[in-house]
Amino acid sequence: MSTVAVLKGGRSLERQVSLKSGAQVQDALERLGHRVVAVDAGPDLVERLMELRPDAAFVALHGRDGEDGTVQELLEVLGIPYTGSRVAACIRCWDKVLAKHLLRGAEIPTPDFHAFSETAFRELGAAQALPAIERQLAFPLVVKPAAQGSALGIKFARGAGDVPAALVSAFSYDRKVLLERYVPGRDLAVSIVEEDGAPRPLPIVEAVPNEKDFYDFEARYEIGRTRFVCPAELPDALAEQASSLAVEAYRTLGCSGFARVDLMLHEDGEQLFVLEANTVPGLTETSLLPQAAEAAGITFDGLVERLIADALAR
Amino acid sequence: MTGREPPRSTARDLERYAGLFAARTKVMKSSAMRDLMALTDRAEVISLAGGLPDTSTFPPATYASLMATVAEESCAKALQYGPTEGFAAAARCIAEVMAAEGMSVDEDELLVTTGGQQVIDLVCKTLIDPGDVIVAEAPTYPGAVPTFCSYEADVVQIALDEDGMRVDELEETLDRLEREGRRPKFIYTVPTFQNPGGVTMSLPRRQRLVRIAHERELLVLEDNPYGLLRYEGDALPPLYALDGGAFVIYLGTFSKILSPGIRLGWAAAPRPVLQKMNLGKQAADLCSSSMTQLFVTTYFEQGGWRAYVESLLDLYRSRRDAMLDALAEHFPREAAWTRPQGGLFIWATLPDYIDTTDLLARALRENVAFVPGRAAYLDGRGGSSMRLNFSGVDEHQIREGVRRIGKVVAEQVGLYGTLTGAEPTAPAPARPTAAEGLADVLQLPPRRGSRRGRAEAE
Repeated sequence: MSTVAVLKGGRSLERQVSLKSGAQVQDALERLGHRVVAVDAGPDLVERLMELRPDAAFVALHGRDGEDGTVQELLEVLGIPYTGSRVAACIRCWDKVLAKHLLRGAEIPTPDFHAFSETAFRELGAAQALPAIERQLAFPLVVKPAAQGSALGIKFARGAGDVPAALVSAFSYDRKVLLERYVPGRDLAVSIVEEDGAPRPLPIVEAVPNEKDFYDFEARYEIGRTRFVCPAELPDALAEQASSLAVEAYRTLGCSGFARVDLMLHEDGEQLFVLEANTVPGLTETSLLPQAAEAAGITFDGLVERLIADALAR
Repeated sequence: MTGREPPRSTARDLERYAGLFAARTKVMKSSAMRDLMALTDRAEVISLAGGLPDTSTFPPATYASLMATVAEESCAKALQYGPTEGFAAAARCIAEVMAAEGMSVDEDELLVTTGGQQVIDLVCKTLIDPGDVIVAEAPTYPGAVPTFCSYEADVVQIALDEDGMRVDELEETLDRLEREGRRPKFIYTVPTFQNPGGVTMSLPRRQRLVRIAHERELLVLEDNPYGLLRYEGDALPPLYALDGGAFVIYLGTFSKILSPGIRLGWAAAPRPVLQKMNLGKQAADLCSSSMTQLFVTTYFEQGGWRAYVESLLDLYRSRRDAMLDALAEHFPREAAWTRPQGGLFIWATLPDYIDTTDLLARALRENVAFVPGRAAYLDGRGGSSMRLNFSGVDEHQIREGVRRIGKVVAEQVGLYGTLTGAEPTAPAPARPTAAEGLADVLQLPPRRGSRRGRAEAE
């Protein structure tokens, strides 16, 4: 029997989702016979971990602190083994701009983009470059904060007039934003869980919006607005291609333990693009990774068991 | 390990439950904005987001003596069920409060409810079939939105200006609905110190609204939680007083004049409507708390309730003034806001390129919160507005909270200027909103750009 600290909640904008993920994980760990201590990540996080001296930590923190490598760094310092990706991989995935550069460098297709910091606009006149960017990426384009886990702050710009307001919104979340070419098509998520040290792609989940023609990222997360199909209805060859692309992205970014890679399948039915990788994907009852695991015959408890065993073995 | 076996709730299980959920749960949405709002109650956050009265002003000694009296005189009754319509003694207190606002009511036309919120729920339960039309104000009380949604109502919102609901627009809308063969079941309004708009419906509009209700035989739900919280100007008659109880359902509450914790409100309505609401209440909770009804009646017997409300007026007036001063000092000149004569809220509207849901995310980093305007609309409007509460925190916090919001707004205005080549904005000169500008505050233009997508989100 080992003592596991489930780190959840925290100060990020995704606190609510994280509390749900953490609660699910906690229940599973208890069923698996572990001694479980839930820790709401706050100012006393380090103090509590030093007191508890758990055998491992399950990081169920989404967003800032939990996904950007901060908590992982602290766990390294404290010598507590933890689930999921290490510090460097967290940093790479959390910063979508960095991740996309690495993907591009590895010749993994990702939608064209340009990224700027707020100071580039404030101090270097980057606004003057917007028309050129808009010509290059074409409308509609997607404007998003470089670092933000959920759909918050992601906007569509249908024309040049929309871009400044979309940038202002995105800068509400981060000092760096990216403008990305919009890929019309199907929204796919490939969850990956490591098995004997090798990343194994789980069945693909497709998010199918219930309403046609909506550019609404928030809706993806609302029960009733989006239907999730798992496994996604794709020709075998295409599904395999998407899965191996996701594994390639996972390796390129240096992830470990588990992750979820989001892709777009272009409406031409051929081109695949990797959008981003999430190092602490949602683990609530409606989240995509648990759904994918179930489709692969892995129960939620089985999933949690693997992840914690992996951490304990470190 | 712990000995308990929590129910499994995996993805597949959720699907199993999902098949059991009623259709109306599909419109009870969770959203990123709601997740953001959940962050506003952290201790370090100055929250101008709530709608809380300041209950710290109620003397603990009074509370203790009231409870002791209840215990001594009616312990068994306090611990027992009561009649669905409420105790007659509670109804007499309600009649006294309504009389203070110029209304007379028969006690058998009253239903004691569990907060005013239950009145909204019971009215919907009594009148609304899925797809039925409710006419509401734009913006409307954010707390009514989930209620309307859960009854699958089709809500049509009518613009407000400085004189309250635009009754001309209401008539046009009613005509249009009639042509479409859709008869609205009721018109929902907060005519006095509107939540969230802060404006008050003028007397001519009140009279016209009541006339419209009579002519078209439509019910009006008058939500009046703040009527007694007037800090300046002359009181206006409630719609219920003008109507004489024929077509107006009146919603009152002890929440803002005494305590929201006692969860007591009431409805005054035409008897046939009230009877149905009574049945609905039986089904919902049998009766409201006997204990708190006895608390209220004991409190009213002591006779000090008006003095307590008076003390709140002085407190909230100063807080409102502190907020208005802070807004003038810290908000940019592109912003506009209402100047309420009472109630708890100010409604501020920023330039249309600022999305207040995103702004809230930024503001939370400065440990300050407000309600994004989109919460007050069902059609995605309100994206650049915010509701600010001035009753729940002290003047120092109000000033500091508004300063912090002003800072992030100024930051965004400046950034937008940089992005569009417009000149950066200097801090606003002290300036109350001119009456003619108020129409723009409340009648929001459609948002540019991402509006459509976001519109569907809330």
